Amino acid sequence: MEAVRSQRKSSFSNGGGGGVSTLPIYRSAPPLEVRLEDFELYAVDRLRVLKRISDGLSRGKKPDEMEKLVLDLWKTNMRHEHSSEVVNKDIISHFVLRLVYCRTEELRKWFLSMETTLFRYRFRDESPEIQRALMAEFDLQYKAVSNAEYENLHRIWSIYIGCFGYSYDQEIWIDWVPFEEVPELVAGRRVLIQKGNAYIAMNQAILCLLMKHPNDVLISIYQLLKWTSMIREQEKDRLTPIVEALSTSYLGPDYSQPREHAELSLKDIDQIAKSSFPLCMRHLFDKLREDHHLKHGGRMQLGLFLKGVGLKLDDALAFWRAEFSQKVGAERFDKEYAYGIRHNYGKEGKRTDYTPYSCQKIISAAPGVGDHHGCPYRHFSEENLRAALTRMGVGNRAMEDVMDKVRNRHYQLACTLTFEAVHNSTCDAGVNHPNQYFNDSQKIFESKKSSSNPKGAAAST
Amino acid sequence: MVREEAENGRDDMLIDGDEPEQMKLDYALPDGFNADYLKVYYGKIFPYVDMSKWLSYGNDGKHPGCDHSYLGRREFSFTLDNDIYVRFQSFNTASELEKAIKEKCPFKIDIGPVYSVDPSKRHAYSQGGDNIFTPVEKELVFDVDISDYDDVRYCCSGADVCLNCWPLMTIAIKVIDTSLRDDFGFSHVLWVYSGRRGVHCWVCDGKARRLTNEQRAAIVDYFRVYKGNENSTKKVSLVGPALHPFLVRSYTEVLKDYFENRLLSSQNLFLNEERFEKILEMIPDESVTSELRGKWLSNKQSDVARWDQLKRLLQSSKQKGQGLRRCIEEIVFSFTYPRLDTEVSKHMNHLLKAPFCVHPKTGRVCVPINPKNCDEFDPSAVPTLSQLLRELNSGSFRGEGDNEWDGTSLGDCVRYFRESFLQPLLKSCKEEIEASYNAKVQQSRNSISW
Ligand code: SF4
Ligand SMILES: [Zn+2]
Repeated sequence: MEAVRSQRKSSFSNGGGGGVSTLPIYRSAPPLEVRLEDFELYAVDRLRVLKRISDGLSRGKKPDEMEKLVLDLWKTNMRHEHSSEVVNKDIISHFVLRLVYCRTEELRKWFLSMETTLFRYRFRDESPEIQRALMAEFDLQYKAVSNAEYENLHRIWSIYIGCFGYSYDQEIWIDWVPFEEVPELVAGRRVLIQKGNAYIAMNQAILCLLMKHPNDVLISIYQLLKWTSMIREQEKDRLTPIVEALSTSYLGPDYSQPREHAELSLKDIDQIAKSSFPLCMRHLFDKLREDHHLKHGGRMQLGLFLKGVGLKLDDALAFWRAEFSQKVGAERFDKEYAYGIRHNYGKEGKRTDYTPYSCQKIISAAPGVGDHHGCPYRHFSEENLRAALTRMGVGNRAMEDVMDKVRNRHYQLACTLTFEAVHNSTCDAGVNHPNQYFNDSQKIFESKKSSSNPKGAAAST
Repeated sequence: MVREEAENGRDDMLIDGDEPEQMKLDYALPDGFNADYLKVYYGKIFPYVDMSKWLSYGNDGKHPGCDHSYLGRREFSFTLDNDIYVRFQSFNTASELEKAIKEKCPFKIDIGPVYSVDPSKRHAYSQGGDNIFTPVEKELVFDVDISDYDDVRYCCSGADVCLNCWPLMTIAIKVIDTSLRDDFGFSHVLWVYSGRRGVHCWVCDGKARRLTNEQRAAIVDYFRVYKGNENSTKKVSLVGPALHPFLVRSYTEVLKDYFENRLLSSQNLFLNEERFEKILEMIPDESVTSELRGKWLSNKQSDVARWDQLKRLLQSSKQKGQGLRRCIEEIVFSFTYPRLDTEVSKHMNHLLKAPFCVHPKTGRVCVPINPKNCDEFDPSAVPTLSQLLRELNSGSFRGEGDNEWDGTSLGDCVRYFRESFLQPLLKSCKEEIEASYNAKVQQSRNSISW
């Protein structure tokens, strides 16, 4: 095991020794003065990096491809004309996004996993001296794994490590905490647990350091506030909208508002569902028509999607009532279900406008018995999926390509291929959001329509 | 809300504060079990001392660090013989508990959490507005039920169980017990036969009792490999680049052995087309499955031979890609890996049937199971109520002790409970109480000397 371990005092923090790292570990907010323009610009640049990393992961890039992608992205987006500013840009952008992304659990998870990936590849790219220095930095904060503990752990688990074609040796185990402190890592089996201690690998440790504990998050927000108080008073008012805007931009476009001029009327809905809904929504839609009922997860996933597609609140109520009343009666619908729909449209309860679910969220759902939400590419059996795809009009050859992606667990790619097959067109951006799937589909039909006009010349893409 | 367990198969129930305290249940009196027998059992055999010692966790001692309100804040629920379910019972002392059980003669006793205040007085506390009535401690519990395995056993179904399918429970005990001790570092783990169709597990270490719901859920997820619903046939999916060492260990030390050496032939997993198709469904490669299907349809072979063929073919087609890589393991996991009722474990305020209750349908006592030799446990050999009374009357078993249970076949069970579970538990409780008391004294000394 090639663990780089050091009990020595950090040569990194006091600047001496072998080289200076440009890889900060973001322990506390920087005591820097920063102009508001930079604040936003830096954050957007970093966000661009994280977003592309996320795309790369969901497209199923291999580790070496990811490494190249991450480092390239970093170089192109995180440059600064003054080399002295590069590190500042890194730190500032990280903390701005951290502030933005600690607001909800979902955002937090996404941010953490992207930052972890980013850090991991940057860490690997550093020289051994710097890697060692960084490890020492970690050691200062956490109880380091002593050599004896380390050997013991290795002895106990090594029989099991490396089975089934992958080796945990690639991980560098640096630290442990009581398992109670890291429930998320325990739940995902992302740690080794030995006698109540959770041993954390390098690439997970950053996760803990970043913002594992709510207290840390509070502290860093507090620090950030102190830090931002250096910004002149009138600029402070401008800070809030920037932060707000950043928090929605992670999914690319915001699909909580229907696209421009788009409106979906009830009389077209069946036809449009057939032509332009992605499989996840198509399945829910069909099930609703068939059973006149959907469980909560399904109602949320389909309901928010329909809102994004342009179904007005009144139409939505009429649509759901027409189905549900066949099963539970109109009265019960009005009493028990109408609220939820109005809620989705921000008319009840907290009055927040709910955003349609992204693929990432849908794919990570865990539908149980009787549920129909989730992503069919992930949650259907092969047999059911094949049948569903046939119904969508996917031909034999494309079917095998799709199934191949599914087998390799690249669900969004499978969905992209389906899109391409049924539209007979390409989809370079990939599918990241069911509403994006829908919009792209509609665009193709519109351009087909206009190209079949006398004036339209060549066929569409 | 309350479901009768014999029908719905759950010994637990989640009920929040404001449920009515009395609810109707209905079951008929089975043969060999009735209230009169039960009265004698509670009168002479039920091990009160050990039960209340357990649930006091050392707080019934004389040490100044003992919290004498501890037992009194624990919720008990009784299911009475007139089919009434009474919640939020509490008892300040061991003798109060004993008196109530003898008097009311409950068909079933459930144990709930320790609350912040005496649960029988919760209404008085809720007057104040802010809700200080809240669960603060509860053993980490697990419930494994054989009826959840109906798709992987062919000998019985539903609540029935026999020696051919019981090994599924043995597997669950071995896998979970090892992980609780070796991974999570718990040492006071009690396994109990649920009286009919499964096993319960009580993890009683101080730090287990104080786990938050989130931490409980994390442990449950650590154990979970089953996902999916009616749209998916494959229930186990071993995703990710590496299989976690916990799963590898469970596989190499328990699952594989039980699958290949016990269940494969005892359940005849490859007996006919219907059965082997279920396994072939888990292999996402048409050429492999059709080759195997062809062989099996035209020849009669043993289950072991068919399994070997399947393994050989999958291993030789390794290069075919990722999808097949974990097929063998996934099949074994599907047929053997423990299936937990996750809700019971995740929430502090779930109740679970107490050990040493008598199951009203089978008449069998919920006896502890020693995980070290759980292989030898035979549910059909567990003492029944009528058997115990017969032994009591004949006096044939009478031992030296002054306890009546000592003279029955329940003796060994109580002795195991006392010596292997209770004594080590109380020893560490005592240490814990002393340590926290000393720390407190130290602290107050420090603040005085300031
Ligand atoms: S990839 Fe996205 S859009 Fe496609 S089916 Fe899955 S969740 Fe729906
Ligand atoms: Zn059986």
